[in-house]
Amino acid sequence: MNIWPIHPLRGGVHPPECKTLSNQQPIQIAPLAKQLIVPLLQHLGCSTQALVSVGDDVLKGQLIADSNTFISAAVHAPSSGTVSFIGPQPYPHTSGQLLDAIVIDTDGLDRWCPLKPLANFKEATAAELLEKIRQAGISGLGGAGFPTVVKLSPKADQPIKTLIINGTECEPYITADDVLMREKATQLMLGIDILVHILQPENVLIAIEDNKPEALASVRQALQQRNYYVVAVPTIYPSGGERQLIQILTGKEVPAAQLPAQLGILCQNVGTVVAVHDAVIEGKPLISRITTLTGQALRTPMNVECLVGTPVLELLEFAGLQQAKMSRLIAGGPMMGFTLNSLSAPIIKTSNCLLAATAEELPAPPPAMPCIRCGDCAEVCPAHLLPQQLHFYALGGDHPQLQAHNLFDCIECGACAYVCPSSIPLVQYYRAAKADIRELEKKQAKSEHAKERFEFRQERLRLEEERKEAERQARAERLAKTKAEQAKKAAQAEAAGHQASTADDDVKRLKIAASMAQVALRKAEKQLETHNTEELKIQIEQLRITAEQAKQALAAINAATPTPAPSKPADDDLKRLKIAASMAQVTLRKAEKQLATHHTEELQTQVEQLRVSAEQAKHALDAATAAAPVTAETSAPVEKAAKPELSAAEHALKKAKIEVAMKRAALRKAERAEAAVEILAALQTELTQAEQSLAELNQSEAGV
Amino acid sequence: MSMVFIAVTALVLLSLVFGAILGFAAVRFRVEGNPIAEQINALLPQTQCGQCGYPGCKPYAEAIASGEKINKCPPGGEATIQALAELLDVEPEPLDAVEGEKPQMVAFIREAECIGCTKCIQACPVDAILGAAKQMHTVIVSECTGCDLCVEPCPVDCIDMIPVAGTLQSWKWEHPLPPGTLIATDREALK
Repeated sequence: MNIWPIHPLRGGVHPPECKTLSNQQPIQIAPLAKQLIVPLLQHLGCSTQALVSVGDDVLKGQLIADSNTFISAAVHAPSSGTVSFIGPQPYPHTSGQLLDAIVIDTDGLDRWCPLKPLANFKEATAAELLEKIRQAGISGLGGAGFPTVVKLSPKADQPIKTLIINGTECEPYITADDVLMREKATQLMLGIDILVHILQPENVLIAIEDNKPEALASVRQALQQRNYYVVAVPTIYPSGGERQLIQILTGKEVPAAQLPAQLGILCQNVGTVVAVHDAVIEGKPLISRITTLTGQALRTPMNVECLVGTPVLELLEFAGLQQAKMSRLIAGGPMMGFTLNSLSAPIIKTSNCLLAATAEELPAPPPAMPCIRCGDCAEVCPAHLLPQQLHFYALGGDHPQLQAHNLFDCIECGACAYVCPSSIPLVQYYRAAKADIRELEKKQAKSEHAKERFEFRQERLRLEEERKEAERQARAERLAKTKAEQAKKAAQAEAAGHQASTADDDVKRLKIAASMAQVALRKAEKQLETHNTEELKIQIEQLRITAEQAKQALAAINAATPTPAPSKPADDDLKRLKIAASMAQVTLRKAEKQLATHHTEELQTQVEQLRVSAEQAKHALDAATAAAPVTAETSAPVEKAAKPELSAAEHALKKAKIEVAMKRAALRKAERAEAAVEILAALQTELTQAEQSLAELNQSEAGV
Repeated sequence: MSMVFIAVTALVLLSLVFGAILGFAAVRFRVEGNPIAEQINALLPQTQCGQCGYPGCKPYAEAIASGEKINKCPPGGEATIQALAELLDVEPEPLDAVEGEKPQMVAFIREAECIGCTKCIQACPVDAILGAAKQMHTVIVSECTGCDLCVEPCPVDCIDMIPVAGTLQSWKWEHPLPPGTLIATDREALK
């Protein structure tokens, strides 16, 4: 058999072991409790959420709570029954606080849910095995309760070279791992095989304190051909601490604030390894554990295999509790355990021992005396700290100094307090100081976070305000611009009078361009007919294209300009007529002036003609003004309101009246101009005709 | 005579050189803002509650830097006063607040009564309230600093400030009684 070299632990104490109290009989099966209280948080890390609700029937091993965070462990129903309550329940913790739990009323049948065992784990991949371990909700059974799957998933750059199986169990009174190794060594070996299959380490060390010869023998026997080292380490407290055991076995010290994985080392408790075996080979989730029931207040101290969630009182009664004798109930060992105030708190995955101690067994510590600086604490400190210095700094609340003296490397083993001649509760000082520092750090982080959010919000509000201001300015500018434009337009409109709109102008320009292009084309074509040259042909081609383009542009703009309002052509007509009338008037006046100076026969006839045309234009204008009711803009609005739409008959009547008036005017003009008799006669007949038609119309309307 | 002249020249030259270096350093390595105000601000709890009479933690930090008293921050409490006294090397004073030091609070909106007016959202200095107009609002507990500023603007008074419940994670070991305060007979009497 290979011998593994050992590096003895510096420091440590030898408290009375008291292990024989509970390890004299085999593991008993605890009776099924009527009610199981299964807390949602039984490990280090994030709490789980209940997956069942009150009234649900659950089977043994059924998943009842899980979390989707990595550092967490699933919770399963320890026995079959009905969920009767989900909410705050007693919890094994120093504070005595309640914690959310699922309460199951057991039906006594212990019906298992279907299990998925995996007999040949060697064919499975590491990922599959890890998933099985995760689903089984395994967390460390040694004490801290760190989710096992997290520990078994090392970083790629930190492969595990040494796997340490921790069976030291150095704390007095506790024998749970001892009896487990005695009775379940085969399962332990298979469990180690699974871990080796997952991690592929170079060395496997099984560390057992030399005060457990039966366990050592049993494990050595189960070893068979495996090349794992079974190391008997000297009995000393606290050799079972992870960092201390690593130091004993490898001589290496895990650096402060680092994990053993950074040295390529992984520690697992023997109980956890057996749970891994059960999860993989039998498919059973972690729903029970071996717990030591010990203390002189119990008639039959023993180790029991009990379901998670079993109330403490039922277990103690199973072991013959004498309540009158019990002065203190401790969960865990006498060195690192804590006083449990509630007997209704349940067993959880990390509960390795219940110590029902009598007053003689664990007397209340004498009152603390001042430190005499004897230095005993520094001698026994397994973490090589200076406990008395830490004690003084903790008394003064000197956090920077505490951290400078590596307070956070303290494993709270209690060796310093054990040897202290002044009975100073040193560990309590360290725990309180650690909590203070952690709380301050948390507060600091929170205020830093709040500051960041506050500053971000201020910045956001400022940007928003700036954006709004910019928008406001842009709007004001736009408004000013439109106002200026409107003013300009109004001025233009005033200056140009009734000039056509720009769109109209465009159309006109395009029309002119199109016609000019057409003319140029035609001319060129004519030239081509006479002088047929190559140059001309090209020119013509170009001209044709430009003409085509002009036409297209004109068509496009015609299509684009909205069809003018129906009043528009009438309006335009009216305008044109007005212009024509005034032009005629002007030319007439000019001619008359000329006549006055030069008085020729020719001029006179011209003037005569002009006068007639001017008359005609005026009449046409009058007629148009009257005829276009839509263009009544020119006439007074009152008139427009008073005059409803004219009927067709009225139109005719009006036309006739105008005809008559025109004829009469023409006649009078001719008379004044001393026209020829024939002309006068002709005019006279025309007038009479018009008068007749008017009279007829008048009559017909009267008839209507 | 020439010795004196050399000495004077050397001194003048040196003073000019060092003056130039100092002048350059004053411009090049100029410190923006008041560095002590920044340090004070880092010690304040950043609730932005305005209970000190200033519109936020930074303005109060600046006021402390220019001589304001250090005992006006109720959310920070004694711990903040101690830290400030240490930083500024002044005597710590008792907290200047009517109600004294309050436990850590968190805002809670009674959601059935919320009318969705968004007034509390606008008041929250750290954007810890979620909601929209005419929609129910709720407080993001992890972001709430317990500053109280959302309570006042609520038109239907549906916001409560409740003390943060202690959890197992936030539970702290108590400090043991200092040695000499308890003698054995007292202990027996306590039991």
